[in-house]
Amino acid sequence: MPEPHAEIAIGVRDLVVGFGRQTVLDHLSLDVRRGEILGLVGASGGGKSVLMRTIIGLIPRRSGTIEIMGQPISGTHDRSTATIWGILFQQGALFSSLTVRQNVQFPLRENLTLSQELMDEIAIAKLEMVGLRPEDGDKYPSELSGGMTKRVALARALALDPPILFLDEPTSGLDPIAAGNFDALIGTLQKTLGLTVFMVTHDLASLTTVCDRVAALADGKIVAIGPMRELLQSEHPWVRAYFHGKRSQMLQHEMR
Amino acid sequence: MNSEPLLLAAPSGNRLELRPEGPWIAANVAALETLSRSIGPELSQSRAVTLDMSGISALDTLGAWVLEKLSRQAAASGRPADIVGVADQFSGLLEEVRQVNRYTPAQVVALNPILLRLNDLGKATIGAREDVTIFLQMLGALFMALLGVLRRPRSLRLTSLVYQLNRIGFQAIPIVVLITFLIGAIIAQQGFFHFRRFGAESYTVDMVGILVLRELGVLIVAIMVAGRSGSAYTAELGSMKMREEIDALSTMGLDPVDVLILPRVAALVIALPILTFIGSIAALYGGGLVAQFYGDMGPAIYVARLHEAISVTHFEVGILKAPFMALVIGIVACSEGLRVKGSAESLGRQTTTSVVKSIFLVIVLDGLFAIFFASIGM
Repeated sequence: MPEPHAEIAIGVRDLVVGFGRQTVLDHLSLDVRRGEILGLVGASGGGKSVLMRTIIGLIPRRSGTIEIMGQPISGTHDRSTATIWGILFQQGALFSSLTVRQNVQFPLRENLTLSQELMDEIAIAKLEMVGLRPEDGDKYPSELSGGMTKRVALARALALDPPILFLDEPTSGLDPIAAGNFDALIGTLQKTLGLTVFMVTHDLASLTTVCDRVAALADGKIVAIGPMRELLQSEHPWVRAYFHGKRSQMLQHEMR
Repeated sequence: MNSEPLLLAAPSGNRLELRPEGPWIAANVAALETLSRSIGPELSQSRAVTLDMSGISALDTLGAWVLEKLSRQAAASGRPADIVGVADQFSGLLEEVRQVNRYTPAQVVALNPILLRLNDLGKATIGAREDVTIFLQMLGALFMALLGVLRRPRSLRLTSLVYQLNRIGFQAIPIVVLITFLIGAIIAQQGFFHFRRFGAESYTVDMVGILVLRELGVLIVAIMVAGRSGSAYTAELGSMKMREEIDALSTMGLDPVDVLILPRVAALVIALPILTFIGSIAALYGGGLVAQFYGDMGPAIYVARLHEAISVTHFEVGILKAPFMALVIGIVACSEGLRVKGSAESLGRQTTTSVVKSIFLVIVLDGLFAIFFASIGM
């Protein structure tokens, strides 16, 4: 469904965020295009999660503007934002007192008026789309493994079919096979549902395999952005250190 | 984008042609449900069904599922729907939705409610036996740790003991004094108010003295310590268990009972009698203030009456109970802390259990002591 100014899904301009005397994000600008998977890399504690949490309104900003789908975001939460984006928190953030199915139904129940039957069917459909079985719907979050928790959290994030999906380190804590499957799943869902995905990650494999573009955050700014190949050519010292360190060597070979 | 979704039904001969139009998305779910329900009778009467998707302007999983349900409804009555006019951008989603909800998992059969109750009762009984075992195990482990310390006094964790004493003893004094003061004052006020009617006001002092020293002082303080420090112990040890700190200690060749539990329980056993003493004094002081301002009984008379009414035995009965109550609180708090499993809910549950159990056991213990002291004539 083409719309006016449809190119940019998330537009961040001159964003300044800080805590006390410390400035974490310093006049940061970033555009996420519609329908792309953007990976965000940065040093631990360098403000990746802060950027994501500022965009979704969990952290107040000092100055700057954030536009989602062309609409400026005020930074306060209301119901309308719930249908714009889905968020996968690092630890899943599933509601522990609800079953998996109720977790997935929660956004539906709170935002829409629909019958319990349809809600059950949609919840099961979402669970199956993220690769879980209908039986898993009756489990509680405490009974799930790490990979399953992430899948359920993804199903919940997608419950309302939001156009934008935020992922905070989606593959951290997963074994390489599970992480690879999860990456593939995100790729598939992104294509099927036409999502825009904003992914904070440290996983070089994710960056190489699923991300259309990668943005590097250093010193509170985006210092490089582009497809993985371009980032590997970047001359910025931090980006060089990140992608040309020992751990990246193997992936480097694959890219060449 | 803002227009309403539609479902046009065009019967042509025996064939029913369904033309969904407009945005079939989650935001319009109420309309979608009504539409798909209202088409039900027509759908079941027609011989053949065509689903023409070309009019759909927007589609998401929910809309796709409602459409898929329509086509399954048709298929279920033996007339599979012909789906035509699917736009390219929707074909992936429709294909995806076609795969889901294909089978329903077997329903778990609910047990007979009576059997369920019996099941719970059985589990509770086994659980109670387990509780006793764990209590005795902890008591034994503590005793062994104490023996170890007696054999090698240098192995006592003095820093930890002093830290715990400060935390659960010294820092608890203000709240203990406040509560016991109020309790003493309330008992005295009630005594004056009711005893005045038959001229027995002076016996209020006897009541306050005996009640506070023998029972209430120690009981109130023990309950407060169970709520304040017992819960803290459980939460602390529980979170250490959750973060594998206790496992880390064990792998370094240290016994968690020596390092963590003995100093905590010892601090309680030392602190509770002291707190009881301070609390009892505060309660007697509260009673005295009420006597002066409410009962018209001067401090001199109050102290003199108190002197007559109570003996050192009453004080001993109260204070002797304190270390045993402390031991019970400490053991329950620590063993519940070690029973915490991986999740945060279990931490909360065990902390609640710890406080409830230790308060219950403190009161039971008080009852047993009452029988004991009565039979030895104290």
